[in-house]
Amino acid sequence: MSAAHQSNQGGSNPDRPHPDKWIKVLPEGLYVEPGGFYIDPVRPVERAVVTHGHSDHARPGNRHVLATPGTLAVMRQRMGEGVGGSLQALEYGESLRIGDVAVRLVPAGHVLGSAQVVLEHAGSRVVVSGDYKRRLDRTCTPFEPVPCDVFVTEATFGLPVFRHPPDLGEVGKLLHSMALFPERSHAVGVYALGKCQRLITLLRAAGYDRPIWLHGALEPLCRLYSSLGVELGELRPATVAAKEDLKGALVLAPPAAVADRWARRLADPVVAVASGWMRVRQRARQRGVELPLVISDHADWDELCQTLEDVGAPEVWVTHGREEALVHYATSRGIRARALALIGFEDEDSEGIPEKAGEGEAS
Amino acid sequence: MNRFAALIDALVFMPSRNGKIRLLVEHFATAPDPERGWALAALTGALSFREAKPAAIRELAATRVDPQLLALSYDYVGDLAETVALIWPERPERANSLPPSLDEVVEGLRAARRGQVIGLVEGWLDTLDSSGRFALLKLITGALRIGVSARLAKTALAEWGRAARPEVSVDDVEEVWHGLTAPYRELFAWLEGRAEQPATGSGAGFRPMMLSHPLEEEDRAVLDPAAYAAEWKWDGIRVQMVARGGERRLYSRTGDDVSGAFPDIVDHMSFDAVLDGELLVARDGVVAPFNDLQQRLNRKTVTAQMLRDGPAWVRLYDILFDGEEDLRGLSFVERRARLERWFEAVQPRRMDLSPMVPFTAWDELVALREGARENGIEGLMLKRRDSAYLAGRPKGPWFKWKRGALTLDTVMMYAQRGHGKRSSYYSDYTFGVWRGEELVPVGKAYSGFTDAELIELDRWVRNHTTRRYGPVREVEAGLVLEVAFDSVHPSTRHKSGLAMRFPRIHRIRWDKPAPEADRLETLAAMVVG
Repeated sequence: MSAAHQSNQGGSNPDRPHPDKWIKVLPEGLYVEPGGFYIDPVRPVERAVVTHGHSDHARPGNRHVLATPGTLAVMRQRMGEGVGGSLQALEYGESLRIGDVAVRLVPAGHVLGSAQVVLEHAGSRVVVSGDYKRRLDRTCTPFEPVPCDVFVTEATFGLPVFRHPPDLGEVGKLLHSMALFPERSHAVGVYALGKCQRLITLLRAAGYDRPIWLHGALEPLCRLYSSLGVELGELRPATVAAKEDLKGALVLAPPAAVADRWARRLADPVVAVASGWMRVRQRARQRGVELPLVISDHADWDELCQTLEDVGAPEVWVTHGREEALVHYATSRGIRARALALIGFEDEDSEGIPEKAGEGEAS
Repeated sequence: MNRFAALIDALVFMPSRNGKIRLLVEHFATAPDPERGWALAALTGALSFREAKPAAIRELAATRVDPQLLALSYDYVGDLAETVALIWPERPERANSLPPSLDEVVEGLRAARRGQVIGLVEGWLDTLDSSGRFALLKLITGALRIGVSARLAKTALAEWGRAARPEVSVDDVEEVWHGLTAPYRELFAWLEGRAEQPATGSGAGFRPMMLSHPLEEEDRAVLDPAAYAAEWKWDGIRVQMVARGGERRLYSRTGDDVSGAFPDIVDHMSFDAVLDGELLVARDGVVAPFNDLQQRLNRKTVTAQMLRDGPAWVRLYDILFDGEEDLRGLSFVERRARLERWFEAVQPRRMDLSPMVPFTAWDELVALREGARENGIEGLMLKRRDSAYLAGRPKGPWFKWKRGALTLDTVMMYAQRGHGKRSSYYSDYTFGVWRGEELVPVGKAYSGFTDAELIELDRWVRNHTTRRYGPVREVEAGLVLEVAFDSVHPSTRHKSGLAMRFPRIHRIRWDKPAPEADRLETLAAMVVG
């Protein structure tokens, strides 16, 4: 346990103010006052620290942006000119002083470049984890637990019904279906950043070496991942392909496109979606999914609980997702816990899927 | 259990009927006896054992999971079997013990005494994975509800059986079905060509029913009126009454046993015959609106109050067996004479004869049919005088001639995505009419338009969406749909207080401004009775 860990028990020591005195929820987002910056602000601000490139966390128009080199590359790719004023890269593990706060970025294991923000100020350490997961992902650096006084966690899958089965088993389901219906296309809904590339690496690891066809909205980030050294194998554009070529093919597209007009070009497609939500049958059915694949870039319930254990924080703030259950669980484990009412986050697996192709992964 | 669980999972997600049949055929072909028979029994609702109440399952889960987390999860998922299947904590030390086979589960439950069921279930839940737990919990709470009807399962059986017996039809399966019990070894042996067709059974089995085709305008021109008899088509549900050798059964058109819900009919079946008729709710011989019958459908049991408020009645159309004598080969005219004689002799209570409608020319019937607006009449039936009682829907001998539909100009309010081939189209429409300045929904329809019109409707919905709720879109009040429907009844379930029977899109009125659509008062005036 860190020294910082024991420093916070009373909370009323004027030399060691409780973190809720210097981290505030403002309309723009989570504000770190002694550093004068916001973490993942929802509106343009002077200084932003960005945890990862999903569009509900990384938004355009900030004057100054600090993020990992991977996240900055993603942001440049997605936003072009609108990405913001000055961009400053901070490698994983390096420390930087901003105002009166020491800032460090630590891998979150969510998507390429994703980071937890470790904040130290006035004898306390706070970790804002952004979105994270704990299982193996060949497309990004694995999550590192950092002991702290306050752990700020997501709760996208914060109910004990959400237990993601092993990834390779889910990929096996897809390969089995392709063997069972060799004449049909398999259209898998995936988010453009992270899920798409991860599914491809999982398929390759399972031995699938045929070309994989991509919806146009998925191509730029796949190119970026490849250029950053993530092996994806042969990819082909599906949007301009002939229907005949797509018989028996594996096609990846944004979730909104797989059961919509775009998919009419495919040969009698089996509609699949890769998402943690697919665990709940009724949800999958409502979305018209024939082949649900439970593959997620978020921690499942067990991973959330394990992470609370690993960071050993006596206090937890729960941001977006199903906060109530996780707060209840943490409290029952003797951890002080509360929900932070942050607005503007809808994890990229949420139901409010954008319709327009190209809006990638978030709304 | 694993194979059964995989089947259930696949069926849950399979949107198309043909796809479901394919999955079932595959199962019958690969699962051994008696497992496939138990699966068939589960799908057709023919398994009976001591069921576990949902409350007991919930209590059981609460011994393993924090009750508050269970409650929050149930809230979120909405289905108890699924919630418990997903939330049940897996014990690593049990991972090596073998999950039960479906045979073990079924036999265990059949042998279980009161109070033992939950203990058995708990042990099984510990060894199954989440799909297995889901299948088990669905099985023991007595309702699979996975979109497979008994008829579909039998259709798949016949399809599979045709590999070895090309002549087999679903009606052949129906014919032998009720003489058999789970796990149906002799049925599978027959369909695999290893044994003779099982006996139809002297028992109270269902005989496949004879169905009709709708009468088209052009049919009438070529049909000879002298060759046909006419009778009213009553607006209830077609049933078959079977009373044989002391057993009594009431079957729906698809062969589902609905005896349990209609003791007021079954009690009076003190005869030995198989009869075809229409199940109605009638008070003092006067047929009540279909809505009253609706209150009594889809129930396993019935309360004294329901029996009092909605007394059931059967209006007889036909006789298939009189005692041991099979009358199905006789002509309609001969059967009708037998039916009348039988009725005279037996005088069963709660039943009457559907009267014949004499006519000589089609025009007479046209006038009668249009005049028939009273409760309970859906139209006319035309039956060839010389036709035998044939299984299924042969073209020619029987026609249904529904009375002219009612129509109403409504405004599209919501649109929902379809399923299967229509999953990329907004094809299910909720429509409303004006009440004062607001629109109130009065029904929902997803048929009656062409594929080309569907493309246009889909485009219109996408371009005029005002709000979205998951798969549903709310649209601007800007498109008039002329809806056709058979009748309209008061309903407490709908906000408008009215419910339509068989609404479908009649025409899309691209030309008509929405404010000129019909008003609720117009629809209310169409209620009969």
